[in-house]
Amino acid sequence: MPVLSLRNLRVYYGTGGAPVRAVDGVDLDIEAGQVVGLVGESGCGKSTLGRGILGLLPEGARADGQVLYGGRNLVELPARELRALRGPELGLIFQEPMTRLNPLLRIEQHFAETLRQHEPKLDERDIRRRSLETLGRMGIPPTRFRQYPHEFSGGMRQRIMIALALVLRPKLLVADEPTTALDVIVEAQILRILADLKENFGTALLLITHNLGIVAESCDRVAVMYAGRIVEEGRARDVFAEPAHPYTRELLRSTISLDTTELHSIPGAPPNLIDPPRGCRFHPRCPDAMRVCAAQQPLQLQPAPDRRVECWLHGPVPEAFEGAREPLARGPIAVAEEA
Amino acid sequence: MTAIRPGATAQAPVPHDDTALVSVRGLQTYYAIRGSFLDRLVGREAGRVKAVDDVSFDLRKGEVLGLVGESGSGKTTLGRTLLGLVPATAGSVRFEGREIVGLPERELRRLRRRMQIVFQDPHASLNPAMTLEQAVGHPLRIHGVATTRAEVRSRVAEALERVGLAPAEQFLDKYPSDLSGGQKQRAVIARAVILGPVLLVADEPVSMLDMSVRAKILELMLALKRDLDLTYLYITHDLATAKFFCDRIAIMYLGRIVEIGPSEAIYDDPKHPYTKALLRAIPEPDPQRSVPRDIPRGEVPDAACPPLGCRFHPRCPQAFELCGWEARDLRDLLERRWAGVSEAEYEAERALVAELGVLDSPALHARLQVRKGARPEELAEALAAIRSSDPDEPFWTGVRSVQPLADGVEMTWHEPLAPRPLEVGRVRVECHLYDQEALRRAGKLRAGERTPSPAS
Amino acid sequence: MAAPAELRTPLPVSRVLWRGTRRMLAPVAGAGGFAKVMLLVGAGITAFFVLVALLAPVISPYAFDQYSSGGHRFAQLAAPSSGHPMGTTVQSTDVLARVIWGTQTELKVVVVSLAFALAVGVPLGLVSGYFSGPLDRALVLLMDALYAFPYLLLAIVIAFLLSNSIGKGVLTAAIAISGAYIPLYFRVVRNHVISLREEPYVEAARALGARPFTVIRRYVFYNVVQNVPPIATLNAADAILTLAALGFLGYGIQPTEAAEWGYDIQRAVSDAASGIWWTGLFPGLAIVLLVTGLTLLGEGLNETINPVLRRRAVAKFELPAVPPSADIVEP
Repeated sequence: MPVLSLRNLRVYYGTGGAPVRAVDGVDLDIEAGQVVGLVGESGCGKSTLGRGILGLLPEGARADGQVLYGGRNLVELPARELRALRGPELGLIFQEPMTRLNPLLRIEQHFAETLRQHEPKLDERDIRRRSLETLGRMGIPPTRFRQYPHEFSGGMRQRIMIALALVLRPKLLVADEPTTALDVIVEAQILRILADLKENFGTALLLITHNLGIVAESCDRVAVMYAGRIVEEGRARDVFAEPAHPYTRELLRSTISLDTTELHSIPGAPPNLIDPPRGCRFHPRCPDAMRVCAAQQPLQLQPAPDRRVECWLHGPVPEAFEGAREPLARGPIAVAEEA
Repeated sequence: MTAIRPGATAQAPVPHDDTALVSVRGLQTYYAIRGSFLDRLVGREAGRVKAVDDVSFDLRKGEVLGLVGESGSGKTTLGRTLLGLVPATAGSVRFEGREIVGLPERELRRLRRRMQIVFQDPHASLNPAMTLEQAVGHPLRIHGVATTRAEVRSRVAEALERVGLAPAEQFLDKYPSDLSGGQKQRAVIARAVILGPVLLVADEPVSMLDMSVRAKILELMLALKRDLDLTYLYITHDLATAKFFCDRIAIMYLGRIVEIGPSEAIYDDPKHPYTKALLRAIPEPDPQRSVPRDIPRGEVPDAACPPLGCRFHPRCPQAFELCGWEARDLRDLLERRWAGVSEAEYEAERALVAELGVLDSPALHARLQVRKGARPEELAEALAAIRSSDPDEPFWTGVRSVQPLADGVEMTWHEPLAPRPLEVGRVRVECHLYDQEALRRAGKLRAGERTPSPAS
Repeated sequence: MAAPAELRTPLPVSRVLWRGTRRMLAPVAGAGGFAKVMLLVGAGITAFFVLVALLAPVISPYAFDQYSSGGHRFAQLAAPSSGHPMGTTVQSTDVLARVIWGTQTELKVVVVSLAFALAVGVPLGLVSGYFSGPLDRALVLLMDALYAFPYLLLAIVIAFLLSNSIGKGVLTAAIAISGAYIPLYFRVVRNHVISLREEPYVEAARALGARPFTVIRRYVFYNVVQNVPPIATLNAADAILTLAALGFLGYGIQPTEAAEWGYDIQRAVSDAASGIWWTGLFPGLAIVLLVTGLTLLGEGLNETINPVLRRRAVAKFELPAVPPSADIVEP
């Protein structure tokens, strides 16, 4: 029984004109204690998805579909009940830890405020004990409990934020680019903490990032997002070893690692989410695009056990479509349209 | 690269290499820290951040030198000091044989034709109030290379096409907010090369771009290097792109170059423990990998008051006697321990020490006073227990003595050896592990102890 | 690589400037909600008064100090009637005429004082913010001292000192008022320059070899000046009040020089005791309306141009019906 289930979730933002279709039909399951990586480039909607799960959407945004948690659909929950879930059940950590901690409050006060709000039955001693224990797991010593946020370095502030989220023992933690602003060694330290959440806290983690490397290293499963939809999903090991979707494959090839001998890039730019391309949204940039790709949205297929992909390459094409599998004729993509 | 004899001290001035395009010797760039309100009122400094602390290297014409480091390493400041954008506090920088440090602003401005910089954030490097034609053409006007509108426009169009923004007509009248990140970065590069410089300092040029775009910009920079005969100083924290892009790499930590050498040497056989840690920590999209467990602890310390001796020693798994152990390391040790023990144990141990603040200064000796009501022996016993619970902790190799006093305990540490650059194989590295003098002295210290401590 | 053979003829400089201004004011067009309402109402009221001021010679029935017409002296303190829609004052001047001419005076003074304050405050702020150092410290100290001084007192002192040399006309009042506002522009511009100074594109300009004044002019000024219109309009509102206060206290414009609402109100104080309301109400109403209009305009501009407060007009939408969901298909 998954901790969180997304079914056909859509989140649209209002603009002056037509809405931005930031998340356009996403299905995803997160099991208890699992670490799921949600990976994609900027503008694919992954941050919106993370916030949409917790209902933290800005004004002018509308969501529909299902976010099933504990048997309830969070999309339809009244604001008050949703607020009660945030914190003790669902946690969120952000990218820039400095701006998320109140500079005028000591760390001790941050924890006291959080615990008193959600667990009012705790007394002072318990609050202190829980706080110090959680902070200790993050490597923050008790001698620094009464310091202010500005007295800590970036990596330590991120640990404090994670500790603040975990002190309430949520079942699911959504981490939105938690290590993007950190140096690589500190990033590895934080990832170590996040990857061990299952053992130490029993918390499931949705790790949102654009960095394929950290997903490969720390996640059990990975979901690749493009233009508001999840185009591939499966076990991390399998997806990275044998990517099924051309976008995943191209993204892996473009990632520069220590073994890179040749530079690759994906031509063009991620599409405008107000009016995404017809058919498969990746088709304008896909090296394997076929004629059917420009005409119809591909079905969700299962090319291998425990793997989901949305791509015409892996399944049967609609019968009536003539020449469906022929390569798509396209003009070259100019620099004017590139990212 | 000029050879440095292993025995020579860093103080002996190494002469400039005048065949190099840029030759840096003993460069120091210190920033004053703004202190309290009272300090500011009076105009008094409250300490200095040694952003670049005695750096020496050469940059040969036509090569790409990577300057790799994390935040606080000083790499950004070093890049800017080279260009004269930040004044150097001491040391010497020779560009094409000519001394830059101390040059008046007017002269420096003229030199800017020959050396340029590309910044990290493409979204903030272009003036939002200028069109591409105005922005990329401005250097031409500043230096009087082109004056009429038509001339500027035509040369800007040429530069834009060269960086791949073609057809140039489409881009000339656009504002930065109309462009994507990759396009903006191309425009920034066009602006930097339009005057035909010989040196280009690239400060994290691709770190704010998406993965699929990085390759394009790097390819562009490589093509420009070939076509325009450029020399690059490539500043980055990403060792992966540096490996691909650079001929030589310099690893910086807290204001010093800890290792410098040809790319293959650095990647295939890293010498400095920090380099090794950086390489291990790089996330790889390799399905077989998981997050490395043996990452150095802690973070880059405060540059205003760096650790004694070798600056990396508090985090180094291989540190030993002379690496610079000091009072602050004892505080870190205690805090690390207390983060992991139960609250009761923490309270018990903390109750033994009157004032932890004595451990906050960079000193080779510390007097730990015991709190009223506790006996000094308890403190000494607690320290001994802590030591035996983790005897492999490198910190203890640096402890010279633990003396009981009437009111507490006095701890002293070995005098550190200042790290100095050494030739090891094909690289130059600053690390005591390769310093025969340090190893010899440490050996003697160990032999001289009553109880032999484990070998590092 | 050779330059491309044919380039379209470039846009003339005037069109480029026009495009630049349009870009700067673009957020105004896209403003939403309450801000837009404020903006429109404020602009409307202000425009009305500006028109009145410009057309004063045409629409005003009499001159501001005219107390007779065609040989007849006007009635003193006459209640509003068809001949004098707003009544007359104790000096037999027509209240409506004085209100209309007064509009011209107010706006003249405000424009001149704003121009003066901007001309002094903005460049000083630019230079002080960009260069810092001892000059900056000295200027900040001076400006803060000026700013801390009660502005009305300051205006009075300056008006008094200047009246000996250049009389008590529009120019004196304008300079007196501007003295109190120079520190405001200085401070706002300086603060903005200090934050902009660290922006990469300003550093890039230095790296290109631009001289400091070129950097200030082309990289800093244009981005700082965006903040000025909202402040200037709010400032104008305040200036009107200050001018009226000066006039009320007798330090403003001499009554023989021009009509001024503050002076009229002062004269009306004694009338009020006798139950005569029209001499005070109409000038007072004019002040309130004009100040309100300018304030609404200023706040509206602030809400639209200031990116922190800006809220785009968002069109309501409905999520389209869900397309029939595709089940997962086995290969």
